[in-house]
Amino acid sequence: MTMYFTKNTLNQSKELSDKWEEEVRQTVARTPDQKARCSTVSDLEIKRLYTPEDIEKTDFARDIGAPGEFPFLRGNQATGYRGRYWTFRMFSGMGSAFDTNARWHMLLKEGNAGLSTAFDFPTLMGYDSDSPKARGECGRCGVAIDTLDDFRTLMEGIPMDRVTTSMTINPPATALWAMYCAAAESKGASLAQIGGTIQNDMLKEFIAQKTFMCPPEPSVRLISDTVEFGTKHVPNWNTISISGYHIREAGSTAIQELAFTLRDGIEYVEDVIRRKGLDVDEFAPRLSFFFNAHIDFFEEICKMRAARRIWARVMRDRFHAKNPRSWWMRFHTQTAGCSLTAQQPYNNVVRTAVEALAAVLGGTQSLHTNSLDEVLCLPSDHAVEIALRTQQILAEETGVANTIDPLAGSYFVESLTNKMEEEAWAYIEKIDAMGGMVSAIEKGFPQLEIADAAYRFQQQIDAGEKTMVGVNKYASSAKQEIPVQDINPQVEEEQIARLSAVKRRRDSRAVKRDLDELKSACKTGKNVMPFCIQAVKELATVQEICDVYREVFGEYRDPGLY
Amino acid sequence: MAEKKIRIMVAKPGLDGHDRGARILARCFRDAGFEVIYTGCHQTPEQIAAAAIQEDVDIVGLSCLSGAHRYLFPRVVEILKEKGAADITVIGGGIIPDQDFPSLYDAGIKAIFTPGAPLDTIVQWVRTNVQPRNE
Repeated sequence: MTMYFTKNTLNQSKELSDKWEEEVRQTVARTPDQKARCSTVSDLEIKRLYTPEDIEKTDFARDIGAPGEFPFLRGNQATGYRGRYWTFRMFSGMGSAFDTNARWHMLLKEGNAGLSTAFDFPTLMGYDSDSPKARGECGRCGVAIDTLDDFRTLMEGIPMDRVTTSMTINPPATALWAMYCAAAESKGASLAQIGGTIQNDMLKEFIAQKTFMCPPEPSVRLISDTVEFGTKHVPNWNTISISGYHIREAGSTAIQELAFTLRDGIEYVEDVIRRKGLDVDEFAPRLSFFFNAHIDFFEEICKMRAARRIWARVMRDRFHAKNPRSWWMRFHTQTAGCSLTAQQPYNNVVRTAVEALAAVLGGTQSLHTNSLDEVLCLPSDHAVEIALRTQQILAEETGVANTIDPLAGSYFVESLTNKMEEEAWAYIEKIDAMGGMVSAIEKGFPQLEIADAAYRFQQQIDAGEKTMVGVNKYASSAKQEIPVQDINPQVEEEQIARLSAVKRRRDSRAVKRDLDELKSACKTGKNVMPFCIQAVKELATVQEICDVYREVFGEYRDPGLY
Repeated sequence: MAEKKIRIMVAKPGLDGHDRGARILARCFRDAGFEVIYTGCHQTPEQIAAAAIQEDVDIVGLSCLSGAHRYLFPRVVEILKEKGAADITVIGGGIIPDQDFPSLYDAGIKAIFTPGAPLDTIVQWVRTNVQPRNE
């Protein structure tokens, strides 16, 4: 055991702390504190001062260590950001595949290193643009994709063998990934060459984001199919991005985000091992994660540091992974949409910069910075550029990337990191005791924990206990007007016209045959991916593939917990 | 005789799953003493109108953050009218740009609340503008 401080230092610290406490008592008697209690945005109480005593049980080698070494508290890479910065990965998608392709070319030209796709709600939910359920939604929150034809338009001029692309897609992940694979192959990029990510994390959909289609059990099975297919055929693809982002946006605390996300990760690993018989080290290195960077600076940094350490311990000690790459938690981060305000929108630039700084100090591998107008509409070109420049300023002007994990060793930061890890373990054990995450979701446990936290925060805002500048404090009557990007209402009509043209010209017998084969793969437990690729090549639509899943696996209905 | 409570349905039309606001409001209305029915996500306007009539609610609160409110909100009012339930008040909230307010009011949406509206303001609006029907 190599304790962090000697006995002597701890004794000195104790003595000085006692003196300091007396001083504080006297001062507060004269000038009371502004607030009776200080807490993070998640309502975690924070002390006035942290000292060596707060981390006296920390063992240097066991708990802190070096970058690139277990438990990876200080990062996965031995070289930190000196080897390469985090990936500037701006999430974008709007209107038609043509519109989004144009935005992507702009982003790549301006120094964005990787692409990240926002789909519209019909695509996200597995409906085609001509479905009655899609009315009014086409192209609004992202790009509308119905068939491989649209997908090829989306990727026009993008070097798919070099640029990695992330796709925020969940229930229809198999269909969209199949389109990506088919589009790459038709451009001469082999499956072994392409790299990217599909979000493909259904558990957090039931917990928080509510983009669901089939019930939890078959949803997890489809994910295991993709993990297996990726492991065998698309080795540079991250087949899942286990996401805390949406859990947090739904109103969870930072600890809930951390705990539920990691417990989701455990559930997926268990399922792949059980269902596919893969060895953990065969697929664990391709698991990736996605966190929120909220406004409470230190809480976020500590959450990310704790996340790496917990995952390393889970993989080594729970799953007995032997490959150090399996111990790595690689994650993307997005600044917190829910921290932005429609009131005084220019303030959002500042919030996003602080959140992005937290993500960098927390050691993220990839980052999306929100645009100032995202609270009102899809971001305009100008707002996106400011958001991207924010990352470039952090990386190349501020010097924060010069040294690795610069906050390590801070009494406060190490103590808060420890606290978050302890509380996350308590949640993980509780969910283990419930029989795992699927069973916890069926009981409504994570949903209601988050609902409690979200309601508590709203009450604190309404009571003025927590501040949102421009909303419940420093509100101004003068309105800051910003240009609002709108989606051309023609998009829906044009997309439906394109879809019906594709439906007329394709070989509908081949489509039917491929969908029937997919259906039988669903029933017999064969991996669905080769069947999806075959079907999309014949121009089967996203909805046609998802309808097969709905028919075989059934539909999940929102239990409407609140 | 016990005072009749306001019956409110909080509803999420469309495909959007951003339900944080809707769920917070459902709780807040419950705490304010209303009878609350929450539909959960992914309801069509037809489903919402039918449920509102079947549940005999006094008011429907629609929440949408996807931009599809321009179609979905007026459609709910329209169906309620068609089914002879025009006396059910319909209000809405979510990410609604200022320029969309006039057309939504014209379509019969009685009030619109956007992010930052205090819960108390919304509850007060309901108390002031909605009477329990079928006394």
